Amino acid sequence: MSDADYAALVIGGSAGSLEVVCRLLEGLEAPTRLAIVICLHTASRDLDDLCAVLGRHTELPVVEAEDGTAVEANRVHLAAGGYHLLVERSATFALCAGPRIQYARPSIDVLFESMADTYRRYLVGILLSGANADGAAGLRAIHRLGGLTIVQTPETASAPDMPRAALKLFEPDRQNSPSQLLDAVRVISRLAR
Amino acid sequence: MVKPRDNEAEQALEAEDIALEAFIHALKLRHGYDFSEYSRASLKRRAQELARKLGVERVGDLIPSTLYEPALVREIVSHLSVPVSSLFRDPEVFQAMRSEVLPMLASWPRINIWLAGCAYGEEVYSLAIMLAEAGLTPRSQIYATDFNDYALERAAEGIFNRQNLPEYRSNYLASGGPGRLSDYYHARYNLIRMRRELLEKVVFAHHNLVTDGVFAEAQLIMCRNVLIYFTQPLKDRVLTLFADSLVRGGFLVLGNKEALSTTSPVADRFELVSAHERIYRLKRDRA
Repeated sequence: MSDADYAALVIGGSAGSLEVVCRLLEGLEAPTRLAIVICLHTASRDLDDLCAVLGRHTELPVVEAEDGTAVEANRVHLAAGGYHLLVERSATFALCAGPRIQYARPSIDVLFESMADTYRRYLVGILLSGANADGAAGLRAIHRLGGLTIVQTPETASAPDMPRAALKLFEPDRQNSPSQLLDAVRVISRLAR
Repeated sequence: MVKPRDNEAEQALEAEDIALEAFIHALKLRHGYDFSEYSRASLKRRAQELARKLGVERVGDLIPSTLYEPALVREIVSHLSVPVSSLFRDPEVFQAMRSEVLPMLASWPRINIWLAGCAYGEEVYSLAIMLAEAGLTPRSQIYATDFNDYALERAAEGIFNRQNLPEYRSNYLASGGPGRLSDYYHARYNLIRMRRELLEKVVFAHHNLVTDGVFAEAQLIMCRNVLIYFTQPLKDRVLTLFADSLVRGGFLVLGNKEALSTTSPVADRFELVSAHERIYRLKRDRA
């Protein structure tokens, strides 16, 4: 991997984001050295169904991010409902059963902040549609540590609150429509090949 | 594509990392609480929340309080642990225990149960209710332990927020509860207090899984959503402690997302009872 490559892509979404996530997965060019982690508020405790749904949109394996397992390249890892998901500096997943944060568990902020610490400049964070303010602080943490930050253009989000909350907090690198996001994912995963 | 390095941001992160290690070290040396084998990412969050709560800016600012304000240690330790639960949380686990575990426990003349990491006591009362409903209370003894003294006191009080009642009630029903949950508590104002009789066979005790050894010879150990906070070597050590504390044929119940992985040093001493509910059983003869 060259110094110019991103190592991980993290996507956070809530209400109205599943459809966009499915589209973005279709942009992933396999095999890629990028590790992909997705946190959706709507995920349930048992992820088998969601893994199967998302798996139809990508060649990459879509798996639950289990406690203690490695964040692996060329794989899509999903956060399960009922627990917060974090990434340790050793690039392994850790879970936390703590209280909801901003009504959410898994919290996008928690995942984004821990991945920002671990991947710093080599992380891309994408924040999608959602009807709350989770993810804004996390995306800013990624921004502060030099990662690339992209929010879905609020006008294209079925629930614009989440992207708007991020835009209110700081100026992300890009605001993208779903089709621009698809292009971005394609380029980022191709470069990390 | 990757942006140039921002030394200022990375140095701030590095300083905060060092501060966290120094804080952990101070807490261990000064008060004997050892968090050095806790997963760092969530520990860092909790330390940052604690700093905010104590009105200081950074994790490093917690060190003077840790060293020079012994009265604060309870609060510090309490904030670094994660005591969130619910009565009959994950009801399918309690349902599986009613059908798979309790009937087996009934075959022992005395039933010792170790609830490791009992936090605010939700599982203590859930278990006590199940034992009563199975008619096993007279033969049972529950040892409920935690390293967080504040949590132990709360657990012994057994007072919970009334607004959680709908959740508790639906959990109880989903767990296969044959009675009415309201038989087990008094409601007053916005609180409920669990009936004192439920504690008849419960002993609360301070025990730290990180530093303390075998606690009791148990027929059942329940330790849910505790191991997720530990690094792998500590997870393995605690699982060994559990294997050593169980009688042959004794049961171990872990949290929904905690597995006894095949790489664990005690993996071959256990057999699986229920994969989804994470219920294991110590094998009768050692291989």
